[in-house]
Amino acid sequence: MTETPKKDTAGLLAALAAGIKGSGIEVVDLTHTLTPDFPVMVLPPELGQCQPFRIEEVSRYDERGPGWYWNNISMSEHAGTHFDAPAHWISGRNLPHGTVDQLPFEKLIAPAVVLDFSRESAVDEDFLLTAAHIEAWEGENGRIEPGVWALFRTDWSKHLGTPKYLNLREDGAHSPGPDASAMEFLVKERGIAGFGTETIGTDCGQGNHMSPPYPAHYILHGNGRYGLQCLNALDRLPARGAVLFAAPLKIRHGSGSPLRVFALVPAGAGKD
Amino acid sequence: MTEPISRPPKKDPQKVTRPPELPPLERSRASLKLSASAARGVFALQVCEACGTIAYPPRDACPGCLSTGLEFRPADDGGEVIAETVVRTSTDLYFRQRTPWRVGTVRLDCGPSIVAHLHGDVVVPGRVRMVSKLDKSGNAVLMALPTGETENMADDLEFRELTADPKFRRVLVTDGRGVIGQAVASALSKAGASIVFVGIAEPWKPFPGQERLAAIPNVQVMELDLTDTISVNELAGEIGGKTDILVNTADHVRPGGLLASRSLVTARDSFDVNVFGLQRLAQAFGPGMRARGADGTNSAAAFVDVLPVYALANTPDFGFYSASAAARHSLLQCLRAELRPGGVRVMSVFTGPVEDDWRQHVPPPKVLPGKIAEAVVAALRGGIEESFVGDVARDIATRFLDNPKVLERELGL
Amino acid sequence: MRYSIEAAHWWIARALKELTDRAGIRPADIDGLSVSSFTLAPDTAVGLTQHLGLTPRWLDNIPMGGASAVVALRRAARAVEAGDATIVACVGGDANHVDSFRKLLSSFSRFAQDASYPYGYGGPNGSFALLTDHYMRTYGAKREDFGKICVAQRDNALTYPHAIMKKKLTIDDYMTARPIADPIHLFDCVMPCAGAEAFLVTSADVAKDLGLPYATLLSAIERHNAFPDDPIQMRGGWAMDVDELYAMAGSKPSDIDVLETYDDYPVIVMMQFEDLGFCEKGEGPDFVRSHDLTNGGDFPQNTSGGQLSAGQAGAGGGYLGMVEALRQITGQPLSEKVKGAKTALVSGFGMINYDRGLCSGAAILRGGGA
Repeated sequence: MTETPKKDTAGLLAALAAGIKGSGIEVVDLTHTLTPDFPVMVLPPELGQCQPFRIEEVSRYDERGPGWYWNNISMSEHAGTHFDAPAHWISGRNLPHGTVDQLPFEKLIAPAVVLDFSRESAVDEDFLLTAAHIEAWEGENGRIEPGVWALFRTDWSKHLGTPKYLNLREDGAHSPGPDASAMEFLVKERGIAGFGTETIGTDCGQGNHMSPPYPAHYILHGNGRYGLQCLNALDRLPARGAVLFAAPLKIRHGSGSPLRVFALVPAGAGKD
Repeated sequence: MTEPISRPPKKDPQKVTRPPELPPLERSRASLKLSASAARGVFALQVCEACGTIAYPPRDACPGCLSTGLEFRPADDGGEVIAETVVRTSTDLYFRQRTPWRVGTVRLDCGPSIVAHLHGDVVVPGRVRMVSKLDKSGNAVLMALPTGETENMADDLEFRELTADPKFRRVLVTDGRGVIGQAVASALSKAGASIVFVGIAEPWKPFPGQERLAAIPNVQVMELDLTDTISVNELAGEIGGKTDILVNTADHVRPGGLLASRSLVTARDSFDVNVFGLQRLAQAFGPGMRARGADGTNSAAAFVDVLPVYALANTPDFGFYSASAAARHSLLQCLRAELRPGGVRVMSVFTGPVEDDWRQHVPPPKVLPGKIAEAVVAALRGGIEESFVGDVARDIATRFLDNPKVLERELGL
Repeated sequence: MRYSIEAAHWWIARALKELTDRAGIRPADIDGLSVSSFTLAPDTAVGLTQHLGLTPRWLDNIPMGGASAVVALRRAARAVEAGDATIVACVGGDANHVDSFRKLLSSFSRFAQDASYPYGYGGPNGSFALLTDHYMRTYGAKREDFGKICVAQRDNALTYPHAIMKKKLTIDDYMTARPIADPIHLFDCVMPCAGAEAFLVTSADVAKDLGLPYATLLSAIERHNAFPDDPIQMRGGWAMDVDELYAMAGSKPSDIDVLETYDDYPVIVMMQFEDLGFCEKGEGPDFVRSHDLTNGGDFPQNTSGGQLSAGQAGAGGGYLGMVEALRQITGQPLSEKVKGAKTALVSGFGMINYDRGLCSGAAILRGGGA
């Protein structure tokens, strides 16, 4: 790869700043608001649970603190819109730089492609994304480059606040996700940096019953890649051309964290 | 004949709420022992261990032989009422709010003469049955009832001051996801509560019994997450002013002691539900209930908590669960004192191991949720401050009173 | 007076000053002091000695309510007889502030706190209502019978300048008055007021030296917590010792010219007629129906109106009858004179600790001295 001359780099950054400030570049917030009623992953009750976001007021311009307002917050690393690091999964336990404090920072700003399967997901709550689906997408949108974020759009974020967001039934949750072939393809054949979804979890609701169980987690993290979940507003991103910023909190030995994830897109480029 | 109470009208929004007053608070220590028996619904009197004399009012030495060996024992509750009066005016604000007030002199079959409250259906002279119940100050008072059941007996105004009857009252049951909460909601609906609000956390998560719960007459399902301060405060903002009885059925139970758990996460969840959940409820609903202790027929009457009997002594196979129960028990004692100025009773319903998913491995006898629900209704109707549901709970309570250290060993061996 | 801002100390001092002035002695001549008051706290008789500048060699504090005067006299007489004191002043007095009654009730006794006031908080009215109800059921007394006592005492009070009640009371007024605690109605109740009463106890020789009219104490009894096994109070302690009362005095009921009963409530007046030997137990109603209780009648009692009409100055109420008896039999009555009054019986009662009056006492006095 040729290096851009320093003079041009300075110009690039200036243009970026100007673009964001003035015109040409739109910042799209892909993050849901962290609230106590934001649903979290449901696990079998015998296992340690994912703590939802909780907020306790410390003072609010009152006798507890006359001139200020502040809160204590607590949550699981995996509550709300959040980032999964490789160390989160057993398949990635031995990889170096697998925790949020150690992963290569420059990888957290990267181009993003949006795999729009919202129509399919609307009619099939258990829609499975396969390698074939992705190849068909590439046929229309071009080959996926290495080092990008692959964002799986299902419009599932619109179900937030209804039971359909988790869609839990007696046999577990029902929501779309990738199968093993899709993940193998994206990771091994295309070299993505990470995979993002609108649902709780990068895997489909019935992921436990797949082979391997939770193939998105297993394959992503086993190969040192990242996950993003509970994303919002993917329908405002173009299929190509967005640049994603996804920097988790720098928690020592952290397996992930809630974060502010946003994308820069050409103004007016987001369409349904 | 007792007039039945009628469904109270909607509250006049322009009227100042009647402030709660308390009957006289002070008692000697000996009389507090009478209260300790009444707290458990027991009619007990002092008996001299030396000569058998039964003494009343409670005192420090036997009037028969001067012995200081006086102990409270369950007593024969039969007697004859020989005189009555109706107090029409009083310098005491509590009774002043409630005149005319009927009082009588009862000669007990077992000896002493008692100045007692009289139920409206008691005929003078005549036979009576005595009960010992806590008044709104939390002190034991003795009341003479007719010997048999009479119509609308529980609606007698003097008797209602000693109870927290759910009839025509509005109730909040805090955890409808669990089997206890569902059984309690059903029982309270049957007991005549005009509304049973039932709190559900995470409504997007289905749970067994969901449809049956929503179908119970007068049940309104509300969002309530006891681990979320905002959730509790918001519900209190909505319905706090019409919560007459609150029944906390939250029960986060997990097996395990201290050493086996290896992390605090689950224990913290237990404490967040069992202990801080109770505290959030108390903070959010308590002040409003306390202010409405004298607010008409459907006044705020009781804050009930269903908690494990292992609050009294730790069972190591459910070690941190027991600890959370102990903390819960202590908080209830605190709350009892803090709600007393409003005449709102804090009731503890101690239960043995519940027949539920988490205690499948616990050997019988276990407690069916329906039995807990019965106990909650009985506590409210009888004004019972501490009740014990099931054989295990009663057994633990007896052993605890006898010698807590021995009980600790018995559970820990 | 009904309400006064003055403390008990003030009223007691007023009574003692008038006592010593009229007796022509200086305060320093008092070498024995007996005090009864509900409202001296935090003082007792001890504080009063320094407060009033007295240095007695015999001091007594008698907390027996309406029985205090009789008991004070009994104690003081023995002190004088034994030479422990020469001139004893006995005084009963109380303040009455707007909240005195309520405060008095709130800390009256342990049993009242534990077992009486939590039941309706009717105070003594409630307790005596129960007694009255039982008495009426058992002995057939009617409200009209109690009314007759109250009406007669009011007639007597109208002749007494210090009485707090100044209006005539008819039986109709009595029967239609508002209920306080059934069957007790307004005119069954005394009116608490502020005030004090006092008398001197000394030897006959000293009384003669001072040129004072005096009465002689012939007998005195007292009894506390009598008949504890009675399911409810039907008789007072006098019934235990009444024979000794008359034997000690060498007299019988028919010798009594004027009777001062303790009248916290008319039912107790009726009981005293029985327990002091004027009729049998249960005959009280008949006795009242067949006698004229006014100063000019055939059975003059509570001749200055009793507390029911003169008012109850706390513990001073117990002194009311004693002082009135002394005035009648020493020929210095302030109320209508009872003709030929020479021998008086003064009765005291009081202190409902739980459900019955515990203290009782009685004394027989003969006048005509000096």
